[in-house]
Amino acid sequence: MSLVVSTSGDPAVKVSVRNLDFYYGGHHALKSVNLPLYAKKVTSFIGPSGCGKSTLLRVLNRMYDLYPGQRAEGEVLLDNENILDPAIDLNALRARVGMVFQKPTPFPMSIYENVAFGVKLYETLPRGELDARVEEALRGAALWDEVKDKLQSSGLGLSGGQQQRLCIARSVAVRPDIILFDEPCSALDPISTAKVEELIEELESQYTIAIVTHNMQQAVRVSDYTAFMYLGELIEFGKTDDVFNTPKEKRTLDYITGRFG
Amino acid sequence: MSLYDTRRRTNTLATGLAWGAALFGLSWLLLILGSLAYEGLRGLSPSVFTQTTPPPGSVGGLMNAIAGSLVMTMIGVAIGAPLGMLAGTYLAEYGRYTKLATVVRFINDILLSAPSIVIGLFVYEVMVRPMGHFSAISGALALGLLVVPVVLRTTEDMLLLVPASMREAASALGAPRAMVIGQIAYRAARAGLVTGVLLAIARVSGETAPLLFTALNNQFWSSDLNAPMASLPVVIFQFALSPYKDWQQLAWTGALLITVTVLTLSIIARAFSAGRRN
Repeated sequence: MSLVVSTSGDPAVKVSVRNLDFYYGGHHALKSVNLPLYAKKVTSFIGPSGCGKSTLLRVLNRMYDLYPGQRAEGEVLLDNENILDPAIDLNALRARVGMVFQKPTPFPMSIYENVAFGVKLYETLPRGELDARVEEALRGAALWDEVKDKLQSSGLGLSGGQQQRLCIARSVAVRPDIILFDEPCSALDPISTAKVEELIEELESQYTIAIVTHNMQQAVRVSDYTAFMYLGELIEFGKTDDVFNTPKEKRTLDYITGRFG
Repeated sequence: MSLYDTRRRTNTLATGLAWGAALFGLSWLLLILGSLAYEGLRGLSPSVFTQTTPPPGSVGGLMNAIAGSLVMTMIGVAIGAPLGMLAGTYLAEYGRYTKLATVVRFINDILLSAPSIVIGLFVYEVMVRPMGHFSAISGALALGLLVVPVVLRTTEDMLLLVPASMREAASALGAPRAMVIGQIAYRAARAGLVTGVLLAIARVSGETAPLLFTALNNQFWSSDLNAPMASLPVVIFQFALSPYKDWQQLAWTGALLITVTVLTLSIIARAFSAGRRN
């Protein structure tokens, strides 16, 4: 994996989005977006609904490929490899780029199997190692203490906040390089939200993270870099402190001060 | 009189009419079930299950018809259910956005509402005539053709109920399509899929028309799939229309057996889909 710190004072670039355009059929949803995701940093995407921030996230693991009529143009380099290349192995890509969704999506199986599912797709581990892997992932998602005595009960029986952390554990278990969070806290209460935020900060030491959020305080709390998007364009990108304290664009200032959005 | 009173009166009237219609419909159903139970239970005895269909005037049972129904239904479901499930999977998963799926869905809807006698005639043309004789296997095939559209439809509907977010979540872990369907979508829809098969069994186990031209009937015990075979619906059809009292009695009892079986299957199917919601 990439090492930290380049000459400019910014860390190494993990993902580089270049001249990205995205279309939902005839609708032009992203307009020549350029931005980096720095390795082992948290980048947040803010902007009003429909500005394209979730769309951008769904390009990074090519989730849009599941649906016809959606297409991306431009380049997205992950470790210098263009993931928009039609020849790329989508499943291998998605194993490297994990995603946590807005609504918790536990699979209809036990807590243990939920976490083991992704691991078993790519690795054949002996039982003991798989157990260790599941425990490691659940610990990593700060869920272990709550579920260690009921690993065999259904993942659907957990509370919303626990389900979301289970989904994070599931992503972590396959050891991706990048984790994408698509409004991970919008369905959670404040206490669960705090736990997930804490978790994101801990995960930062190992993963490159991108998070879409409508909550600007959350962006300030968890992210190192912030991208502000509006109507499919990237308006401003920079260190979170700079974007929120000294925005260069008037539209950014208007949005973060609540004048629209 | 105030507007409010008028509305209340209209409300009472509408509620009354709805109740009346429901009771009217239900009372016929109860009458049918009641007379069926009354007439059928009178003839119910161990010999029904241990003896074959008798000639008029002698003692007998329905053993060969019960066994024939079981065998042909099982083979029919074994042929039709996997086909229906795979086709339903195609419609809901692989082909969801394709033209072909629209066409298949439309044709399936026609097949679903096609009179079962047409299916019987079709199998007669393509199988019984070339073979030169009636056979249990052609009867089972006719039943299988009836199972396909039912299972296809329920499979598609149940898979469509699985939220897209579940598939996305599995895909996001790098799961290939077949895994997403086989391990996540099927599992999430399992209760519904089982319900579909149960309903298909219930549907075909009472069918007479498709068997009349295919399996025909058999007065004797037969386990030969290549020969005519008795079945409950056909025996009921034959015995109920006969002038003999003891045959008519057996027809009532056979009808009761089928009804109880179908009712039980429906209740199990209900329980399954109720379990899914919880």
